Amino acid sequence: MNRAVWLWGILFALWVVLSWHFTTLLLGFGVATCVIAVWVAMRMGTLDRESVPVHLILRAFAYVPWLVWEIFKSNVRVARLILAPRLRVDPSIVHFFASQRTDLGRFIYANSITLTPGTVTTGIVGDDFEVHAIVQSEIDGSEENDMNRRVTWLEGEAAP
Amino acid sequence: MEQTVTVLSWALLLGGAFFLLTGSLGMVRLPDVFTRMHAAGMTDTMGAGMIVVGLAVYNGADLVTVRLLLILAFLWFTSPIATHAVAKAALSGGLRPYTLGGVGAAADGGGGARDDGAESAEGGVPS
Amino acid sequence: MFVVTSAALLVGMGLVMCRALLGPTAYDRVLALNNIGTKTVVLIAVLGFLNGRPEFLDLALAYALINFIGTIAVLKYIEYGDLGADSRPDGAVPEGFRPGARSDGSLPDRGAT
Repeated sequence: MNRAVWLWGILFALWVVLSWHFTTLLLGFGVATCVIAVWVAMRMGTLDRESVPVHLILRAFAYVPWLVWEIFKSNVRVARLILAPRLRVDPSIVHFFASQRTDLGRFIYANSITLTPGTVTTGIVGDDFEVHAIVQSEIDGSEENDMNRRVTWLEGEAAP
Repeated sequence: MEQTVTVLSWALLLGGAFFLLTGSLGMVRLPDVFTRMHAAGMTDTMGAGMIVVGLAVYNGADLVTVRLLLILAFLWFTSPIATHAVAKAALSGGLRPYTLGGVGAAADGGGGARDDGAESAEGGVPS
Repeated sequence: MFVVTSAALLVGMGLVMCRALLGPTAYDRVLALNNIGTKTVVLIAVLGFLNGRPEFLDLALAYALINFIGTIAVLKYIEYGDLGADSRPDGAVPEGFRPGARSDGSLPDRGAT
């Protein structure tokens, strides 16, 4: 029930930000639309830890700035690679171990890997990530281990 | 204060334009679809991100900034999913990643969605 | 400065358009298309500031979503040749698949979450 309230609040905030009209009619439409959306989500059984991950919000404030910094660093690395007069790409598929316990955690980790240029997740089998890296020798595992640790921390306690 | 804001938004916009152009150049220069995905990721993350944040800094704190950040959030949520979808489709369509060994081309008899039969490692081994 | 940024965006779109035209595989074209879409989103936002009309941002937001859905749709069409296809090639439903089941396998109690 708590998650239904959270979802409704987030949807209604989105409505208000996108419309920014405060007449009774439009606000009423907004309330009704969000109630219908939450009701449909409830009937679909998607109001769980995976679809409405509000328990991650606080920790996400610590994770996202770190992720943005990582993205910036790897952007600079790939930019130097592309702008070099001699193209020194050495792509290959490498495998990472993911220590997350939930699908949501693996999803976040896979998307974080893909968001940092230089590595793209191409497949996931259980806790084994298949990752395409543009320069194989630059992947020493330490950065990915760091990211893996942080996503596991972000995920918090595993779902029951 | 105003000058700081102007300089900061200038820097962010120009930095974003730099990453954007570099990513676009990478799209042309890199040898196959898997390596090009990294260049595409560059424009999606830092290129778009720095430009949108630069616009937000220029604009100041109001509703338009909230919408700008909303656009950025949507872009950063959807771009890795789209990239992963392309990678997965390319792999299941029979393409094999280009490597320095020159494996480059599609798997035998894979074919998949290759539409003109050219080598996927077009551009060849980097000189 | 908005003029400079839009010029950079247009040049970048031109470069990526070369890749979309050159191919060589359909996936390169889809990737280039997705990239052009992302640049279009940013270009719409910058043009809104250039013309002093921030309402353009709503268009950019809508375009960001359409671009993503379009990419996925084109990829699905390439892979299965049919937009209505089941996402599995043989159309088989995996064993134990129940729509709406929770991760522990139980079905949710409708309406009493």
